[in-house]
Amino acid sequence: MEIVMCFVIGFLFMAAVYLMLSKSLLRIIIGTGLLSHGAHLLILTMGGLDGSSPPVVSPGVTDYADPLPQALILTAIVISFGVTAFFLVLAYRSYQELGTDNMNLMRGTEDDD
Amino acid sequence: MMTNLLLFPIIIPFFFAMILMLFPKKIYAQRVGALLALGSTLIASVTLLYKVKTDGIQAITLGSWPAPFGISMVSDMLSILLVLSSTVIAIFVVWYSFSSIGKARESFFYYPGILFMLTGVNGAFTTGDIFNMFVFFEVLLMSSYLLIVLGGEKVQLRESIKYILVNVISSALFVITVAYLYSVVGTLNMADISVKIAQINQPGIITVIAVLFLLVFGLKGAIFPLFFWLPSSYAAPPIPVLALFGALLTKVGVYAIMRTYTLFFTLDQSFTHELLMILSILTIVAGCIGALAYFDVKKIIIYNIIIAVGVILFGASQMNEASLMGSVFYLIHDILIKGALFLLIGVIIAITGTSDLRKMGGLIRSYPMLGWTYLIAAFGLAGIPPLSGFVGKLLIVQGGFEAENLWGSIFILASSLVVLLSVMRIFIYAFWGEPVEITLLTKKHYRGLFTPALVLVGISVLYGVGSEWLVPYMNDAANVMINPSQYIQAVLGGS
Repeated sequence: MEIVMCFVIGFLFMAAVYLMLSKSLLRIIIGTGLLSHGAHLLILTMGGLDGSSPPVVSPGVTDYADPLPQALILTAIVISFGVTAFFLVLAYRSYQELGTDNMNLMRGTEDDD
Repeated sequence: MMTNLLLFPIIIPFFFAMILMLFPKKIYAQRVGALLALGSTLIASVTLLYKVKTDGIQAITLGSWPAPFGISMVSDMLSILLVLSSTVIAIFVVWYSFSSIGKARESFFYYPGILFMLTGVNGAFTTGDIFNMFVFFEVLLMSSYLLIVLGGEKVQLRESIKYILVNVISSALFVITVAYLYSVVGTLNMADISVKIAQINQPGIITVIAVLFLLVFGLKGAIFPLFFWLPSSYAAPPIPVLALFGALLTKVGVYAIMRTYTLFFTLDQSFTHELLMILSILTIVAGCIGALAYFDVKKIIIYNIIIAVGVILFGASQMNEASLMGSVFYLIHDILIKGALFLLIGVIIAITGTSDLRKMGGLIRSYPMLGWTYLIAAFGLAGIPPLSGFVGKLLIVQGGFEAENLWGSIFILASSLVVLLSVMRIFIYAFWGEPVEITLLTKKHYRGLFTPALVLVGISVLYGVGSEWLVPYMNDAANVMINPSQYIQAVLGGS
């Protein structure tokens, strides 16, 4: 099962890298979304996919899933959610101000001209 | 009460930042609140420094859980020295902001942003848990996103997109690396990780994780192949923000590399530390090229940040007492002097209205005091003996020779000349030569800008002159890095 997950995560990383190397800002942000999905799934997988019941204490159950990676993922999800929200608003603002979403046109410094 | 002392430098700025968010438009209350917060943080840090000096490493595990199960916070000499110097820099940056940042920014959560960033920085220096370090990194990065884009000028929008993108990627990489490490050792507590890695005798996978950590923290701390984002991003925000970033943010990455490489990955040094050394020398070379290439004062000092990161990490890679002590000396020196230099060039930019050296000249006639202060700061940066950069570099070079890395040490010494040349170019262009048209600042405005910079240069001079007195502190800091067993003992204790 872990092997399958590793391939899925690898595919997500591949797609994320491809998207983040593209010109359009929105595709880059979609890429960061896929990257964080991959990272979160990787924590889950690396914590081990054994354990038959959810980590909630209940009578008669002895085989729980590892609760720690789930807590880490929950933390990482809200953080990446906050950053993505900020990033999206920033992309919107810069589209308004700079009038482009093409990363190639956002190059250069003030003293280049 | 007193056992929680090491949390105060994290909680106080956080608490004040929350309060200050309630009344963003009352600028005077914001200023007073920010100073009050930083003042009490400073008092707490000095008390903590005293406590660490007398009683040894302070460690608590939150919520009274036994050590590897809860989140540990650890304050050893290295981290408390860094906490103290970050707080000092934040005070000067806030003081400088009063007369430079402008009312529009001040009334839009500028001071809460700085305080939240200090929360993150102090937390990252103090934490003893690798995932908690990730969270504190995000706290400081999120506030830095706010500070870099606040004001919404075109250049800020353009550069902050790149800054955020790079940091999002490096944060994802941090999560990935923590996931790998967790799957190998099964713990997140840094002291416990160190014990577990020693038990399994650092197999190949741990070395891979060490390199991944170097990538993650190298992206934050701008080491050689990963520094490309830094120069243009740092040139975008206004000067006080730039001073704060330049003095603190890369140093957090440097601290994290020093911590992980002295605590976790100590068993395969011929690979990991050799790699760190090569990268740090390349970092110095890249920084030197950049520092000489530009006529823009901001860019020159920004590339000097990269050089300093290389010098500190070269010291960290040698792993002997002299070089580690030198690294700590140089790390604190660099926080102080980079803050001072950015504030000084901020004054120069405010006077001349440009950051282009070729359009400046003759400032020494109208502003002699500024000129001589800048000269002292420049000499301090290059490491001329009684000033602050000397002892650190001396010890790093000595450590390099002791470890028989002759060429590395020669690179360090040669880089000092380039550093001196690059900052003297600013002095020669801006202060000598034909005077150009300048807008004379009002006395009050000039004093408001110049006094914080002057006092900060004064502190850095004291730091250099009084280095004899600082040796026991630096010795303690280096000792913990050489013998991680002290750190492990303090965290895992008798349990």
